Formats: sequence, structure tokens, C-alpha cells
Amino acid sequence: MTGAQGVAGGARLSVAGVRRTLRDQPIIPLLVLLGVLIVGLQVARPGMISPDWASSTIRFAVPLAILAACQSLTMLTGGIDLSAASVASMSAYIIATQSPEHGPFIAIAIALAACAVAGFINGIGVGIFRVHPLIMTLAMSLVVLGFVTIYQGFVVAVGARTPDVAAWLGGGNTGGVPNSLLLFVPLAALIILGLRRSGFGRLLYAVGDNETAARLSGVRVWQVLIALYVLSAVLAGLAGLILTGVTSSASATLADRYLLPSVAAAVIGGTSIFGGRGGYSGTIVGALILTVLTSLLTVLQMPEPVRQILFGLIILAVAAAYTRITEEA
Amino acid sequence: MSALAPTASPGPGAGLRSRLAGLARRDTWVFALWGLLVLLLILTKIIRPNYGPFDLGSLAIAALPVAFAAAAQAVVVISGGIDLSIGSVMALTSVVAARLMTDTTEEFAILVVIGVIVLGALIGLVNGVLVVASRVPDIVVTLAMLYVWAGVALIVLDRPGGSVADWLRQLTRGPFLVEWIPRALVLLIVAVVIVWIPLRRSRLGLSIYAIGSDRLAAFRSGVDVDRTRVAAYTIAGLFGALGGLSLTMTTGIGTPTPGPYTLLSVAAIVLGGVSLAGGQGGLVGPVVAVFVLRLINADLAFLGVDPNFSTVIQGAIMVVVVMLGAYVTLRRGRTA
Repeated sequence: MTGAQGVAGGARLSVAGVRRTLRDQPIIPLLVLLGVLIVGLQVARPGMISPDWASSTIRFAVPLAILAACQSLTMLTGGIDLSAASVASMSAYIIATQSPEHGPFIAIAIALAACAVAGFINGIGVGIFRVHPLIMTLAMSLVVLGFVTIYQGFVVAVGARTPDVAAWLGGGNTGGVPNSLLLFVPLAALIILGLRRSGFGRLLYAVGDNETAARLSGVRVWQVLIALYVLSAVLAGLAGLILTGVTSSASATLADRYLLPSVAAAVIGGTSIFGGRGGYSGTIVGALILTVLTSLLTVLQMPEPVRQILFGLIILAVAAAYTRITEEA
Repeated sequence: MSALAPTASPGPGAGLRSRLAGLARRDTWVFALWGLLVLLLILTKIIRPNYGPFDLGSLAIAALPVAFAAAAQAVVVISGGIDLSIGSVMALTSVVAARLMTDTTEEFAILVVIGVIVLGALIGLVNGVLVVASRVPDIVVTLAMLYVWAGVALIVLDRPGGSVADWLRQLTRGPFLVEWIPRALVLLIVAVVIVWIPLRRSRLGLSIYAIGSDRLAAFRSGVDVDRTRVAAYTIAGLFGALGGLSLTMTTGIGTPTPGPYTLLSVAAIVLGGVSLAGGQGGLVGPVVAVFVLRLINADLAFLGVDPNFSTVIQGAIMVVVVMLGAYVTLRRGRTA
């Protein structure tokens, strides 16, 4: 960016110009922050940054980034998906308990179908009955958690075992590159391009920006919302698949601790919680920032309470800085 | 629900009836909720004929912390915000109380109670100032503060522990005067009434409703929006401290990890007729809603339903009630 402006003349590289660039490309400060955190990690423990470190960071960031996609996409329409974590746990648990009997691929299909059903009900509640998404998805998370716990009682004899496919996908490396990228890179490209180029992507922005205007222009908002929440739940199901591979475990609350970080990743990634503004590329950087931040706080050997406090304060500081940068001057 | 709002014919001797009808028209939702609670109590007595004062006491004790959480959430949501940090604030105030009351005299506990309530208000003040100063959406700020206050709680007490003065513990146990009125319930009513009634009638109370209903209009009418928002969070912190104290009082110890109170409070206020858009509802509805939810839980346990299944039922009830509410509002909007 400095190159282009430097040609135009050094004098014009003013504060306002930098501000404008940052506002148009809000991902730049996020990447800078990520770089600072990585440098901080290297300073705190020299030699820490290595290909091994990078692949393990990515392995842990991928499920978070996929869950954050659920939040990012629903936030674009002014919603939120608080059921994402329990849906992901459900998916992981179904995969782990069904694969011994039916094989991994059928198990994954069953799990994703169950996720789609949960998402469909969310969509009906939000889209047709106009229930606030916060309430609808919160209630759905209770319902899903309850069903998984009941289901646990039936399959207790089978036992939960992470299938090899999931372990390979979530926890494995091929030539130093995490296998989960095989799933994540196409998925992320699809979401980013889909939001920018496809009709559905633009409908999400339209509904979030001004729902009435969208409706008056002939958009069937309820159909968009149902499709969105089904998509969100299926994404959560995929996150569950990866997560059971990363941790080689499955339980009804496996993904719970990722719920609030997933919202935080979307927010510091620049997606507005009121809808209509944001994108997925920022969210991915947000998920990476949170993952690197967690490992930095661990490396600094902060006690758990201090880690939590710093985590909260940093989320707040980034969000506040971001608001200031992107605000209309 | 429309049956609860009859078109009252004003006539002599119909004073009470018309007043009730007026109340029902204005607060149909809360009115229906009271009806539901009474219905559930009757149902409980049928399911379990020996449901007695003791069971009612346990119900009130179980409901006490949730009810305070709901009251805290209600004030913030009425002002147009949302507070996701309530669970952590309760954990923090609970451990501070439990730690300060370890190995001290019974008299000192009075100071601790006052101190913890002030602490809660200060925590709320910090939340509010951060929300206003950072210009970041409420939900994000309080989400971040959820981590911060939970961390501070862990510093105060790294594992469940501490103790509570005996008189405080007795404050929630057993009946009050009459056998059928649990002390915990009286405590709840007294605390909520002392804070809420003066507030509701004050200028500040009106301002809280005003900024929740239409921030710009409130600003143009001369309401100091920022100060009112901070005040709403401060009051929420105060109720959060009462919730934390009641956790310590009912369990006898302080627990540094936040319970499910934030989510329960959101559920309760929505069932209690507080609109998430702000500016609507009160504190009575959410508190009644907490009792309704707890009683449903208890009834399902009495019926021998798998406790996991009752989670499903609670979620389903939440959705159905809210859908019903949306439907009723829609219908009303068309006929009016």
C-alpha cells in the first residue's frame, strides 16, 4: 500500500490516508496483530516458531474457524447461532458412536443429517415465527444437549470411538501440512467467494442491512433464513467432525468451550453483530489470533485466572480499536 | 389468551373487575404467566398430593439465584442492552462473600453483605462505562467481561470453598410466619421491591425505559443516554451481587466457576415478557417466569421423567411460548 501512495507523493501519505486504507481493508490491522502475537511468542520462547508449531496451531484453529463461520454467516443477517457448539458436539458424538457399526462415512452422513434437522428447526423458528435468533438457538442448544444425553443412554453399550478417518482428518499431518486444511481450504474459499459472488451471499447482506427493503424487493426472507440456519448447522457438524479428530474424544459437551471464542473470532474479525457488514476472511484471521493468543498466554506461564482476564481484555481492546478504525470519520 | 382480556363493561360494583381487566389488558403477558404458575401449582398438587411447605421452600431456594439473575438481565435489556457477564459477576460476588466470611464473627457478616452489594454495583458500573466508552456492541463487551470477571473470581478463590455466617444461611431456610410462605421467597420479594419500586417511579427508571424504546428520541427529549446506560448496568451489577450472595447463602460456600445463570436469565426475561428489543416489560414477569421454569422442572422430576429429557422439554417450552407471544403480538397488531 505504501508503494502506490509513495508514487503519488510522500506528502499525501497522511494520517487520513492511512485511516482510509485501513477502513477499506480492515483485514490489514488484524494481520498486523497476528504478526505481533507471533513475534511475541518467538520472543517469549525463542525457537518456538517452527513448522511443527504452525501445523499444531492450524489444527486447533480450524474447528474454531469453522464454528466462527456459523457465527459470521448468521451475524450477517443480524442473527447469531448459539446452538453451533452443541450441534458440533452432537455431530462428533454421533460419528463416534455410529461408525463402529455402520462405518465412518455413513456415520458422518447420519450426523450431518441430524445437524441439518436442528438447523432447519432453527430456521423455521427464526424465519417463519420470527423468534429472536438468540432465543431460538439458545433453546435449540438445550434441546440438542438433552437429546444427545438421552441418546448416550441407548448407545452406552457400543461405546464412543473416534473413527480413523476423523482422526486422520482432524489430527493428522501429510508432509507437515495438517490434513484438516484439505477440508477447510475449499470450504473457506467456497464461503468467501459465495458471500461475494453468489446470489445467496448477497441476499444475506441484503437481509442483514435492511430486511424490509429486501422483502419489498421481492426477497423471500424466510427462505433465506431457513437455508442459512441449515447451512450453519451443517458447518457446525463439520466442525464437530474435525474436533473429534483433533481431541480423539467425543462427548455431549465437547465443543462447548468453543462457543464464546467462536463469537469472539467473528467479532474481532470485523463482522458486525447488527448485520449487513463483515466477511469470512476476517473471521479466519480472528480465529488464528485467538488460537495464537491462547498459546502465547500458555507459554508465558500465566496462571489460568490471569489468562482468562487477559483473554477478555484483549478481545475487548481489539473490538474497540476495530470499531474506531472502521467507523465513518 | 384473549379470554384473559375481556372487554370490561364499566358499571357500578365492577370496580375490582374493571381494574383487573385493565391490568390484564396492559400486562396480558404477565397476567397469563401468573395464571400458568397457579395452574402449575394445582397440577403439582395433583401429581404429588403430599406436596407441602417443605417442597415449596426448596422451590424458592432453587429459584432465588436465578430470579436475581433474571432481574439483573431484565433491567439491562429494558434499557436496550444485554449483559452476558451476569453469571461471572455472580460467581465473583459469591466467592468474595464466602472468602470474607471465613473465620469471622456473625456481626462482621453484615458488613460483608453491604460490601459485596456495593462491589456488585461497582462491577456493573465498570461494565457500563466500558460499553459506553468503547462504543462496541453490548453483547461483545459483556462477553469479554464474562472472561474477565470469571478470572478475577478464580484469583479470589481457586476452588469452591469459604463459608457463610449462620444467620445468613438461616435467612433462606424454613418458612416465614405462615407455614406456606418460604423465607427465600420473602427475601426475594423484599430485595426486588426495595430496588425496583423506587426506581420504576423515579426519573431514572423512566429514562431507562425511554432509551430502551428509542434511543434517539430519548436523547432529543433531554435524557442523558450514556449516563442512563451506565446506571442500568450498575443496577444489574447490584442484582448480580444479590444473586451471588444468595448462591453463597443457599450452598454455604463460594464457587468460582460461573453457573448457567446468564443463559437462564435470558430465557427467563423473554418468557417474562421483556422484549429483547428493549423498552418493554418489567421485573415481575421475569421473576414469575423463573418460578414457572423451576416448577416445570420439579414436576417433571415428580413424574419420573428422565432429567435429560426435561432439558429438551424446557427448551421446547421456551420456543413455543416465544412463538406464541410473537403470534399474539402479530394478531393484535392487525386488529388494532
